[in-house]
Amino acid sequence: MGFLVIQSLAFCLLLFTSARQRRPVKSVGRHRAAGRPSRDVERPQPQAVDQEPVSAPSNVELRNPDVMTSTGVNAIMPTTQLQAIRGPADLATIEAKSISAWFDERKVLDRVSLFMPAGSVTALIGPSGCGKSTFLRILNRMHELIPNATLAGEVLLSGSDIYDPSWKLTEARKAIGMVFQKPNPFPAMSICDNVTAGLKLTGIKASREEKDDLIEECLTKAGLWNEVRDRLRQPGGALSGGQQQRLCIARSLAVRPKVLLMDEPCSALDPTSTRRIEQTIAELASEVTIVIVTHNMQQAARVSQQSAFFLAEQGTPGVIVEAGPTSKIFGSPDDPRTSDYVNGRFG
Amino acid sequence: MTTIVRTPAAGPENSADPARRGEPVGGGADRMFGLSLTSSGIVVLTIMGTVGLFLTLRGAGALKVAGLEFLTTQAWEPDAHNFGIATVLTGTVMIATVAIVFAVPLATGVALYISEYAPPSLRRLLINMVDLMAAIPGVVYGLWGFYLLNPSIIPLARWIASNFGWIPFLGIADSHPNDPFEPLTIYESSTFVAGIVVSLVIMPTICSVMRESFARAPIGEREGAYALGATRLGMIRSVVMPFGRGGMIGGTMLGLGRAMGETISVVMIITPVYRFQPEILRSGTNSVAALIALRFDAASPFELSALMAAGLALFALTLAVNFAASAIIVRTRSGELSGA
Ligand SMILES: Nc1ncnc2c1ncn2[C@@H]1O[C@H](COP(=O)(O)OP(=O)(O)OP(=O)(O)O)[C@@H](O)[C@H]1O
Ligand SMILES: [Mg+2]
Repeated sequence: MGFLVIQSLAFCLLLFTSARQRRPVKSVGRHRAAGRPSRDVERPQPQAVDQEPVSAPSNVELRNPDVMTSTGVNAIMPTTQLQAIRGPADLATIEAKSISAWFDERKVLDRVSLFMPAGSVTALIGPSGCGKSTFLRILNRMHELIPNATLAGEVLLSGSDIYDPSWKLTEARKAIGMVFQKPNPFPAMSICDNVTAGLKLTGIKASREEKDDLIEECLTKAGLWNEVRDRLRQPGGALSGGQQQRLCIARSLAVRPKVLLMDEPCSALDPTSTRRIEQTIAELASEVTIVIVTHNMQQAARVSQQSAFFLAEQGTPGVIVEAGPTSKIFGSPDDPRTSDYVNGRFG
Repeated sequence: MTTIVRTPAAGPENSADPARRGEPVGGGADRMFGLSLTSSGIVVLTIMGTVGLFLTLRGAGALKVAGLEFLTTQAWEPDAHNFGIATVLTGTVMIATVAIVFAVPLATGVALYISEYAPPSLRRLLINMVDLMAAIPGVVYGLWGFYLLNPSIIPLARWIASNFGWIPFLGIADSHPNDPFEPLTIYESSTFVAGIVVSLVIMPTICSVMRESFARAPIGEREGAYALGATRLGMIRSVVMPFGRGGMIGGTMLGLGRAMGETISVVMIITPVYRFQPEILRSGTNSVAALIALRFDAASPFELSALMAAGLALFALTLAVNFAASAIIVRTRSGELSGA
């Protein structure tokens, strides 16, 4: 009998006191992180050397400032470029090293490596089902939310592996934000609360004024402030699709991520909203490193400085066929498959 | 026809533009199906109406005699024309309240565990177990409550009475918890025990409704929370619980409705009394359903009429609670099918 009472009391405690707990369940991240490597070690990687030629040159190219300036990036975003080269403290590079991914026993990514320079936009392109989303979700540890999904490899955020047990899962996701294909604001929360949701969720305390400043700052950066400034108390679900997506961008920015991942952020939007978000991306690139998946070649060409072309040929796992400056990928790619794809001949 | 605005250049068949109606797609079979569904709806309404009418007609005799005092009289001596539902109605509400207090946290915990934490294999097992629990008849809970819970509740009831007696309803005015020779039967067969047993009867219902609404929380919002760096607890608090709020309230109301009507297990446990008894830990309580079950057998025609009137009161109360429940479920987001 007593168990009933204890159960009820414990449950009430859990629900209602943990509200005030600053950093609840630290162990979640640790536990998962600790569990992961052992699982990865089991995965055989016998051909690790074979793939080096594919990814290594692209890395070298991307890291080489001369190549990058020659792409005309400077003309678009000179400060970004300078910052990227100097590598100021608050800008972060993100590098995938030999990433493989499985759903159950099916391998969908095979030793993919890619270097994404700080303070610039990297576009991931490729036909449907080649593993772009999977790759992107591995970059902020969302992949492991899917049951039976496994992975191998390293993701280095400014050189530090986010799959290392020293990284808490929640910290990794906080540092590497994500915007999804389908706008997913918290519909019952007000626009304000949506923006500050990340603070609450990660246990960051902020005063009323700090929050107000943050809300204005993030909504402005996301290009939404002027449209919603006088209805901040309305529910987030009452906005249009394009506004919701920008609200999601603002929400991601509020926890001050170092990297922002965007998975086809405009695919459900009209051309005007798309334009608006592309503009937002261009403005943000100087502050956060952006990785964007897109099926729209013009969009990739417009917003990105680097591009990586993913391909999964007939029953094989996805790989990066070619990566490099966007102008090169779209102008004179080395691989004929890349050229076919970007010119719309398949995919 | 004249209201239809068309360009005058339209073809000849448009000159006599008939207002177009949506034709039913399936033809005869579809119409038959629709009709049969409509008639089953009507049958349900008719049954409800008949029950209400029957209770009103049969209870009218007693109601005429008692008048408004039917609501305020505590005693139940119909043949002396001194009767009312003040005791049983408050008893019903108190037992149901105790049941809800125990059942809702437990049901929420189980529902959240099943939908959010349990590994898939265990999840299926637990869902089946909860469904099974709902299938156990009240009489079994009654047996369990009388022979197992009733004696073993005494230390707990005593402890609550001595430590939290200052809270309204939890005290027992003339008890002596520290006196080792105090007769312990004072803590048995109380509102508290009956409420706990009823909570087990209603927990599975509440749990199922909650679980279904939690499980429907959209994956997109869940991932949105995780992508911000939320822990699972944070995600549940910011996405699953707000989304499932309609289900939580609705399930609770549904459970409340069932708790107020629960009869046999209550009859088996309580020591019936016929005066208002606000101390939930003290032996002796009553409920409308228990009153009817206990008395109708040996009732005189007039007492039967009085019991019908009491039944009408219970019918109205449960109906109101259930209507409130469905209204709440429909109005909130978790009642919607789409997660968009
Ligand atoms: N949850 C899942 N369970 C099992 N397999 C999955 C799952 N998600 C993706 N896959 C498989 O992994 C492969 C890569 O999928 P992914 O979503 O990464 O492709 P994508 O490049 O993003 O495609 P698209 O451009 O259509 O979004 C696909 O073959 C897909 O079938
Ligand atoms: Mg995708």
